[in-house]
Parts: sequence; structure tokens; C-alpha cells
Amino acid sequence: MQVALFIIFGLLAVAGALNLLYQRHPINSALSLIVVMMSLAVLYFSLGAEFLAAAQVIVYSGAVMVLFVFVIMLLNAGEEVHTRGSKMAYIAGIPGTTAIFCILTFVFLKQRNALGATHLRDSLSGTSSNITEVSHQLFTSLLLPFEVTSILILVAILGAVVLARRES
Amino acid sequence: MQFNTNLLWLIPLLPFAGFLLNGTLGRKLPRAAVAAIALLFTLAPALIVADLWIYMKSAGAPITLSISSAPWLAVTGFQVNFAFAVDHLTLIMLGVITGVGFLIHIYSAGYMAHEEGYWRFFAYLNLFMFFMLVLVLSSSFLLLFVGWEGVGLASYLLIGFYFTKDSAAAAGKKAFIVNRIGDFGFLLAMFLLIANFHSLDFGDVFTRAATLPAPFTAICLLLFLGATGKSAQIPLYIWLPDAMEGPTPVSALIHAATMVTAGVYMVARCHVLFDHSAFALTTVAVIGAATALFAATIGLVQHDIKRVLAYSTVSQLGYMFLGCGVAAYSAGIFHLMTHAFFKALLFLAAGSVIHALNGEQDMRMMGGLRKRIPITYWTMTAGVFAIAGIPPLSGFFSKDEILYQTFISPNPLGKLLWAVGVLTAGLTSFYMFRLWFKTFSGKPRFDESAQEHGHGVHESPLMMTVPLMVLAVLAIVGGWVGIPMPFGHNEFEHFLAPVFGLKEGVDSSITLQMSLASTSFAVALVGLYAAWIFYVKHPGSAGALAKKFRSLYSLLDHKYWVDEIYGRLIVAPLLGISRFILNGLIDTGVIQGTASGLAGTTRGGGWLVRRVQSGNIRSYAGWLALGAAALISYILIHSQYSFSLVTTSFSFHP
Amino acid sequence: MVPIAWYLILAAILFSIGVAAFLIKRNVISIFMSIELMLNAVNLTFVAFAHMWHQVSGQIFVFFVMVVAAAEAAVGLAIIIALFRVRQTLNIDQVDLLKD
Repeated sequence: MQVALFIIFGLLAVAGALNLLYQRHPINSALSLIVVMMSLAVLYFSLGAEFLAAAQVIVYSGAVMVLFVFVIMLLNAGEEVHTRGSKMAYIAGIPGTTAIFCILTFVFLKQRNALGATHLRDSLSGTSSNITEVSHQLFTSLLLPFEVTSILILVAILGAVVLARRES
Repeated sequence: MQFNTNLLWLIPLLPFAGFLLNGTLGRKLPRAAVAAIALLFTLAPALIVADLWIYMKSAGAPITLSISSAPWLAVTGFQVNFAFAVDHLTLIMLGVITGVGFLIHIYSAGYMAHEEGYWRFFAYLNLFMFFMLVLVLSSSFLLLFVGWEGVGLASYLLIGFYFTKDSAAAAGKKAFIVNRIGDFGFLLAMFLLIANFHSLDFGDVFTRAATLPAPFTAICLLLFLGATGKSAQIPLYIWLPDAMEGPTPVSALIHAATMVTAGVYMVARCHVLFDHSAFALTTVAVIGAATALFAATIGLVQHDIKRVLAYSTVSQLGYMFLGCGVAAYSAGIFHLMTHAFFKALLFLAAGSVIHALNGEQDMRMMGGLRKRIPITYWTMTAGVFAIAGIPPLSGFFSKDEILYQTFISPNPLGKLLWAVGVLTAGLTSFYMFRLWFKTFSGKPRFDESAQEHGHGVHESPLMMTVPLMVLAVLAIVGGWVGIPMPFGHNEFEHFLAPVFGLKEGVDSSITLQMSLASTSFAVALVGLYAAWIFYVKHPGSAGALAKKFRSLYSLLDHKYWVDEIYGRLIVAPLLGISRFILNGLIDTGVIQGTASGLAGTTRGGGWLVRRVQSGNIRSYAGWLALGAAALISYILIHSQYSFSLVTTSFSFHP
Repeated sequence: MVPIAWYLILAAILFSIGVAAFLIKRNVISIFMSIELMLNAVNLTFVAFAHMWHQVSGQIFVFFVMVVAAAEAAVGLAIIIALFRVRQTLNIDQVDLLKD
């Protein structure tokens, strides 16, 4: 059953990604990306990362992608026009992409025995829930990075406000 | 008595100090101060030389004095020092240079009084004195060459003194470039000397020359090439007539009395080398005689008073070389000395005439000046009689000595050269008296009214006439030290005996000497008579004769077309080569080609690399992807983990 | 039950598609979205490894990646808006003023 879950949502994610690539209008690409993210949330869930699955849905799909959609609509972005860009993107890029994919796949397949398999619905430590473990780490040993990220977000807000402000 | 040899350094260095002072501060100083500095720094060496004379003529004095300093150039097997040496030959040259030089300085203070660049003139004049003194004092070829080049530089600066005039600037360039050709010969000779004798010091070279074999003919001919450049002989005399563009005192000092005699001095100094090569000596004599005749013929038809004197200088220098060429070195030097006196006198007097006529230099516009400028007239007369060789003035004795030595010389060409010399003496007398008559006698041909509007025709100030008088006295009595032995004793030759050795030669009979002397005197009188006929008795006859022999006259008037021939044969091809081959092909093509080729390569490389910076973000992304792939593969291949990865075989089990 | 390798290969596929989209798309916002896709692929890798090693630090890492991605998205979109105001275009080929 786990396998079926994986295959369905895996395929869905890949389909969504390919659709993102294929679509010409950015809004379609954005919606495809949301599909990808939702499928990934399910996969996180199947890997025992419930908190992250929730965060993926709430933050990533629910906030970041919504922001993307807002901007697309704000700027009234139309369909993509086919312009003559640079050939270098294809000349250097396609081999690069293919190389990355092939190398990564090669490594993972080579070591699949060492990697092992998943254990369904197993929490990591077996004693407490996933969220307890995550928060335990976050609020004790990783407290400083946690607080710094709040400042990071503050800076990002300020930056976004300044950058997008209309010149008066 | 004693003489502090350190004073020898001061002899040239004092004028150099004068040059520095006038050169840097002269512009700000008043004219009197500039002149005072220049005169002081020329008088002081003259006084030192006088002291030196007294010392070296006193009993028990050494024949040579020398002083040397730290090595200038020292490599294995070859060394050159800064060293001065004074022997009797040097003494004579020093006396002439400082004495005549000082008189000309005084004269210039008056002559140039109204000219622009007064300070510059005296600075250059002092610079010239410095280099000329270095030239005669040096005891090695290299230091002599320094002086040689330096006087060429000073000459260039002074010829082109009126640098705003195109002709003056061109004349300066011509002098320097033609001299350069001669200097090339001198340099080659020095290289040969180093190769054969491993030294450039006079003492070393001359002692080694006595025993070692060496290509003496080549060395001497090359040295003589340098001398033809500096002393205006065939083929490099062409710069001297043009050099008259400079102010008259410059012509007097540099192109009559001192610089042009440097070649004669050099040949006399190297007599040890020349004595080894009869061929070189004969060449010297032949060229000297030929130049003397050649220049005299050109001087017959010149109209500019300074040009006549210039060609006369070339001619008289030919006499000096003739004397040296028959190994009568002391005769050559004797004529050098008397020539310095009367030629400087002639030039300065000509300057006085020009000054009186407000710049007129064409003799066709002169005449009738005898009563108006008496002092100039009488001093110039002394000079003219001296150069024509009328006894008992100095020119007669020196010229006659040379002719006598030529006649009795063992050289097979001796009699022929003597004949050429006598003919030239006749021509010399003719054109000098022509100058004399045209300038001073007869009715005035200059525009009287115009002159009255200027300063009027007046005698020159004392500052100019006193040197004239001193030089006139010297021109008259200066030859008496060389009166040949039957009449007194030839003091001059005895004085130079330590340098040249006494000629134990055929001391021929008194009859021969008397007849030769009378021939010279007679020829001079013939010239005087002919000039009187043509220019006083029948004033138009010269013009009529010129018309009758029109082609001959034209040949002489155009100086045998030598300048034009040189221009076509030598200058034009050189210019062509320079322009098209050296400039066009090599400079623009090879050298610039290499430089721009390198630049082009860099630019090309830069163009290639710049293609990455296209500004297009997608291309950046492409490069990023490629770079990431490269990085990953690098890590994979080089990590310990992948070692097993690469080596174990890959099998896929579904 | 499911081999971890499959998760990882899925992540690799998603990453490659992200890179390809980054190279192919011309709309600036689409390119941004491809970046988000790549980040998500990486997140999947981290979570898979966290599950494999029984450690929570992988998930913590994903947490921080999400935070930073959010911040980055905000600022990036603000830049895109500013860019659009000046250049009136969202075509990335026309944003090339830095070229030679």
C-alpha cells in the first residue's frame, strides 16, 4: 500500500512538474506547482514527517504560491512570447541538466542496497511524536538559528516593502 | 717653479661652469652680467694656460704633464680613465683656443649687444670652449671623441642660433649630420684600435704601435674620414659654407680658428699611426691639396663676404692637411696657428663691416668704405695680406713652409702637389684681394640714404675694434717664430720636436729655399695685380669675363653642383629607404605589427571570454547548470566514497 | 517497504525538471517557480535521509529551507514588480542591460 501511495503521488508530482515546464501561461505553471507541492506533502507524510507535511501545505502552497498567484495577476502576465534568447542556454544547459540527472541517478541506484527501505508510519525515535521532536530540537539546541530566522523574515518584509514601493 | 697639475682640470671646467651659470640664470640677468660671466670664465683658463706656458718653457720643465682620475670604463683587458695630458702640441692648441677665444668673446659682447638671446649665445659659446679644451687636453681617443662630438653639438646650437630662420636651422642640421658621417669613421677607427692594441690611451697606443702589427692603413683612413667631416675637406666639406648662417663671431671662433682645426690636430696627434702607412699619408695630402684648389675656385665667384671667407677656410685647411700628408706635421700646425690669427681677424673684421652697413653681406653692395671705417679697414688689410702670403706677414711663412716641405718630400707626388699648392696660393691671393677691393675701394655701391636713416655708416665700438687690433698684430708678427733656419732658427719646429721629432731630412740648399719662397711671393703678387686690374682699373671687366665663359662661371657659381649631386645620389635614396622600407615596412609592419598583434590576441581572447557575460540570464543559467554538473562529477570522482563506486560494477536488480 | 532510493530518484527527477524549466522558460515568474521546484526536490531528499538515519535534523533543515525560501520568494517577487515597473516586460531576454 505504501508502494501504491508512493507511485500515485510520485507520478502526480512528476506530471505536475512536466506541466509546469510545458505550460505557456504562468498561471497554469503556478497551479501545476501547487499540485506538485501537495503531492510532496503526502510523500512527507508517508516518510513520517507530519509537521513538515502540514507546513508544506500551509506555508508553501498556502502562502508562497498564493503570493506567486497574486503577483501574476497583479502584473497581468500574459502568455509567454517566443523570443530569441541565447543559444548558450541550450548548448551548455541541456548537457548540464542531463549530466546532473544521470550522475545523481547513478549514485542512488548504485547505493540502493545501502540505503535500505522505509518503515511505514514509524516515528523516528519511537517515544514521542514528530512534532515534539522537531520542537524539542528547535527550541533548545537550535534556538539561535530559530530566532535569527525571525529577523530574516523581518528583513525580507522590509526589503519587499522598499523594493516594491512606488516612487512618489 | 712648480705647477699644480690639478689646475689642468680647471682649464675646461671653468668655461663649463660659465655655461651652467649663463644657461640657468642668464635669462634673468642683465646683459652686462651675462657678458661678465662669460668673459671671466674664459679669461681664467687663458691665465692658467699662460702660467702653464711659462712653466713648460722654463728650464728643467718636463716635456709632458699629465693628470689622471678614477677609471671611467674598466672591463677585463681594457680600461679608460679621465686623463689629461699636456705636451708642446697641446700647449700650442691651448694657447690658440684660449687666446683667440677670449678675444672673440670680447668682440661678441659688442657685436651681439642688440641681439635676442644674448645669454643663450654666451652659454653656448662657453659650452663650446669646454668641449674644445677637453678635446685638446685629453690623453685618450675616447675623451677626445667626447670633445669631438661636443664641439659638433655646440656648433649645431650656434649655427642655428637664429632658430626662427629656416635656413639657419637647416644649416645647423646639415652640419651635425655631415659631421656624424665623419664620426662614424672615427668610431670604426677606435674599434680597430681597441681590437689591435687593447687600449685607447694615446701613450699605450703609440708605444704598442711601434711593435705590434695592425691594419694601420684602415685605421688611418677611417680617422681621416672623421677629420674630413670635422675639418671640412672633400667629401664632407659641404656644411661649412652653410654654417655662415650663424652669427659672425661663431664663424670666427668655431669655423675658422678652433673647431675645424680639430681634424688637423687629431691627425698630428696620431702621426705615429700615420707614419706607418704611406698610403694614408698620401691620401691625406692628395685630398688636402685637391680641397684647397677646389674651394679656392669656388671662392672666386662668391658674392657674400662670409661665403668667400668660408671657402677660403676650407682651402686653407686643405693646406694644413697637405702639410700633414707629407709628414711635415709641425708645418701643418704652424699654418693652423697663423690661420687662426688671420682668419679670425678676417671674420671679425667682416663682421665689423656688416655691422657698419647694418647687416649688408653682399659685396656687390659695398665699396668706398675705406675712409669711413678706418680701423676695420686697416686691420682687415693686415688679415688680407697675411692670408695672401705676402712677406713678412705670418701667412707667408707658414704657407711657404708647407709648400717647401711638399716640394722636397720623398713622396712621388710631391712636385705635383707643390704645383697645385702654388696655383691655389695664386687663386687665394686673387679672391682675397678681390674681396678687399670690392669692400673698401671705389665708389660706394650701398644705398647711402638708407644707411643714413639707420645708424649711418660708422666705425664699430671699442669692444669690437680692440680684438681686431690685437689679432692684426698677431697676424703680422705671428709667423716670425717659424722663420726658417737660414734666416734665424725655426723655433716653431724646435718647439714641437719633442712631439714630432726633428726632420732629419734633406736640408736642401739655400738657393732652393729662396727660389721656392720667391715663387710663392711672386704668385701672390700676380694675384694682387690681377684683382687690381679686374676690380679697380676696369671695374666691369669681371662681369664681361663671366658672361664670356658662361658655362664655366655657372659651374663655379653653383659650387660644382655638389650639394645637388649629393641630394640626388645620397639623400634622396636614403629618404626613400627610410620612408618606405624602414618606416613603412619595418616600423609600421613588423614592430607595430607585433605590438598590435599581441594586443589583438589579448583582445581576441577577451572577446571569447566576454561571450559568457552576455547579459542574458538564461545563458548564465546554462553555464550554472554545466558548472554544477562539473562540480558534482568532480566531487564524485575524487571522494573516497566514490572510489568503491567507480570500481565496483554496476548491476541493476528491479 | 519502499526503497529509499526511489524517493531520492524522484527528487532527482524533480530537480532536473526544475533546472530544465529554469533554462527553457522565458517568463521571469515561471523561472522563479522553477527555483521553488528545485528547492522542493531538495527538501524531499532531506526528509528521505532523515527517515533513513532516524535523525530529526534533516527535517529541521527542511524547516529552515522553507523559511528562507519564503523570504526569498517575497523579496524576489518585489524585485520582479520593480523590474516590471521599469522595463514593462516580464520577458527575461529583454532584461539584458548588463551585456557587453
